[in-house]
Amino acid sequence: MNQSSSGMQRWVWPAVATALALASLYFVTIVYAAGEFLLAGTILVVVALAAWVYTSPRFYAWRYLFPGVAAVAIFVVLPILYTVTIGFTNYSTNNLLKFERTTAYFLEETYEAEGKTYGFALLQQGQRHRIRLTESEGEQAFLTPELELSAPSEAAAPAKAEHKHVKAQAAAADAGAGEALPIKELIRLQPALKAYTVELPDGSQVRMTGLRQFGPVAKLYKKNDDGTLVNQQTGEVLKPNFEAGFYQTASGQNVPPGFQVNIGLTHFKQIFTDAAFREPFLRIFGWTVAFAGLTVLFAAGLGILLAVLLSWEALRFKGVYQTLLFLPYAVPGFISILVFKGLFNNNFGEINLILDALFGVKPAWFSDPLLAKTMILIVNTWLGYPYMMVVTMGLIKAIPADLYEASAVAGAGPLTNFFRITMPLVLKPLTPLLIAAFAFNFNNFVLISLLTNGRPDFLDTQVPAGTTDILVSYTYRIAFEDSGQNFGLAAAISTVVFAMVALLSWINLRATRITKEEAR
Amino acid sequence: MAIVLDKSHRWRVVAAHACLIALVCVVIFPFLMILSISLRPGNFASGSLIPDQISLEHWKLALGFSYEGPDGKLVQPPFPVLLWLWNSIKVATLSAILMVLLSTTAAYAFARMKFRGKSQALSALMLIQMFPAVLALVAIYAIFDRIGNVFPLFGLDSHASLLLAYAGGIGLHVWTIKGYFDTIPAEIEEAAKVDGASPFQAFRLVLLPMAVPILMVVFLLAFIGAIIEYPVASVLLSEERNLTLAVGSRLFLYEQRFLWGDFAAAAILSGLPITVVFILAQKWMVSGLTAGGIKG
Repeated sequence: MNQSSSGMQRWVWPAVATALALASLYFVTIVYAAGEFLLAGTILVVVALAAWVYTSPRFYAWRYLFPGVAAVAIFVVLPILYTVTIGFTNYSTNNLLKFERTTAYFLEETYEAEGKTYGFALLQQGQRHRIRLTESEGEQAFLTPELELSAPSEAAAPAKAEHKHVKAQAAAADAGAGEALPIKELIRLQPALKAYTVELPDGSQVRMTGLRQFGPVAKLYKKNDDGTLVNQQTGEVLKPNFEAGFYQTASGQNVPPGFQVNIGLTHFKQIFTDAAFREPFLRIFGWTVAFAGLTVLFAAGLGILLAVLLSWEALRFKGVYQTLLFLPYAVPGFISILVFKGLFNNNFGEINLILDALFGVKPAWFSDPLLAKTMILIVNTWLGYPYMMVVTMGLIKAIPADLYEASAVAGAGPLTNFFRITMPLVLKPLTPLLIAAFAFNFNNFVLISLLTNGRPDFLDTQVPAGTTDILVSYTYRIAFEDSGQNFGLAAAISTVVFAMVALLSWINLRATRITKEEAR
Repeated sequence: MAIVLDKSHRWRVVAAHACLIALVCVVIFPFLMILSISLRPGNFASGSLIPDQISLEHWKLALGFSYEGPDGKLVQPPFPVLLWLWNSIKVATLSAILMVLLSTTAAYAFARMKFRGKSQALSALMLIQMFPAVLALVAIYAIFDRIGNVFPLFGLDSHASLLLAYAGGIGLHVWTIKGYFDTIPAEIEEAAKVDGASPFQAFRLVLLPMAVPILMVVFLLAFIGAIIEYPVASVLLSEERNLTLAVGSRLFLYEQRFLWGDFAAAAILSGLPITVVFILAQKWMVSGLTAGGIKG
């Protein structure tokens, strides 16, 4: 590097750093202004830490560590902590918004007020739309500027629709600014149209009040100084209840949408003490343990057996067998699982076709709980044994050959060899792997979700739960699938499962340490 | 070699071969079946293993072409499989690059520098990695929902958010790369430093070129991990054109609309390249991990 460029570097880096710092401060301000205080705080802390790390010579090593550690902290640790906090709130579809947002939602609500109404037509020119309003007498017409209209996607929550404001200009009644759309199109675009408030030149504001009509609208609720809301139409008073997370009428009825509040240990109490809830939870927990345990047992059993067979010197074509038997591990899991979902299908599946042709039976793999569980275990064993096989083959190679020679001299058969020499020497180093496999299958969401999705469901429980659901897939259903997504409850269950996984990891660490010490 | 061969020996060999062949048949069956199904006309299972009538209709649909059905109507592809494959490859490539960048620099600091709390940080990284992302799905969803309120680019239903969500999963990779760095003598960089190189120059110009094999391994592992990732992608993505292959493939097999044949073609089409990468990675992984990770 020559003198001039290092001279350049002397001021280039500070300049870039200052620009970055200013840009990030600008971002923080935007985020803060949008009302996301927590997010703004997180970004601010990260930026401040970055500035500190990259300017202070004391933290030189952290210049290399910072990006990685920050990524782990923000996208792994933060979600874990956040999950625990959500477990203590009533966050759900009914209580989606923060208190301020819910209040704002009520204050945005409108009703049709008395006043002059206007007929309207939606004019289209290419992809652009304009609204034309005409007075009832047909004397005067108004035209809005071009609007952004799109049919709503299903995912958009109604509470999120933003209100838009446009000013209309006076125009000739027959001014051609495009074709008027038929009523079918109007119905499709209605949600987008309803978001617009049109201000007329005389200052009055109108909104869509019917399919052919715009009219004056007034705010439905007015906020009192004590935080209660008054319904302008009926005079009813709504009072926020911070324990229930809802605005309530005088008679104590909840008025949706609700807002998020802390509800403390309610969800945890529900999981452990509420009978309607505890019962399916315990059943699912039992199946989760059985599923993980049996999978490990079968996969490891088959894997070890195959490894022993394939290590047998008298056997030919070992390489071919090994490659073919390793195939299930090489195909990505989501594809094999879905292939099995099809193969096991009651009506279209090849497995039932073959069974029907051979034995005249058509087992209902997906609707009988026991058969569904059997199917899951078969598929997971198929997916899991190759790994165990390869690992065990490596371990067997490490067993000194003179042990077997000595046992042959002593006249021992293959069974004695297997149980007295191979198994004990293989099982010990395999233990941490078995525990890791157990922990993995304890949370094997992909398999359950893609194969049975937890079904068939229990018929005798109040909460939707399936006979093949494991804890994580059950949590997913509560959070994202069944009606009334209950994020808070799901997060509480996640927290409980976290604790179990932590315990498993700790046991695994201990087991690893023990085998390491013995190896020394 | 066993010294004495008793009479049962030959029978045992034959029995072992019979068992292994039977098992190989069971293992191969699903693969042959799916190939056969993809070549059969119609979305039914009826037919033998070797289809008596070969039709490429499912393959046309999987590749995004429409074809003329038996009733003369044009059958449209049910799902944009190639677009999903492209989404998967895009997300996986970018996230793998991001993860290699993040974990290489971190591993360098862990392998070559002294700082307080180093061993604790390393263990913490390992422990954190053991928590499955499935359990934090609610929080991941909520976090990206809120980010999306301000920056729609990083909100729900965007690939950028998926990239960020995957970027945190670098713990294991840091360990792997660190293990490899540990096998490279530190004296080489020290010599460079004596010649006047800054620590960053020693890292970039001396150490990195020697670590290319392990970086490739980590890239492949991260790439495969992102391609087969299902839970986070299923929560963050919702619009059909945004889905990754792992999330989208599921849509073929609804009980009410069981597109078995179309799925078979799509599964082979998308599964083959991934499987090739996977098999390649297995080979590299074994050599890479035995060279590095184990010694961590």
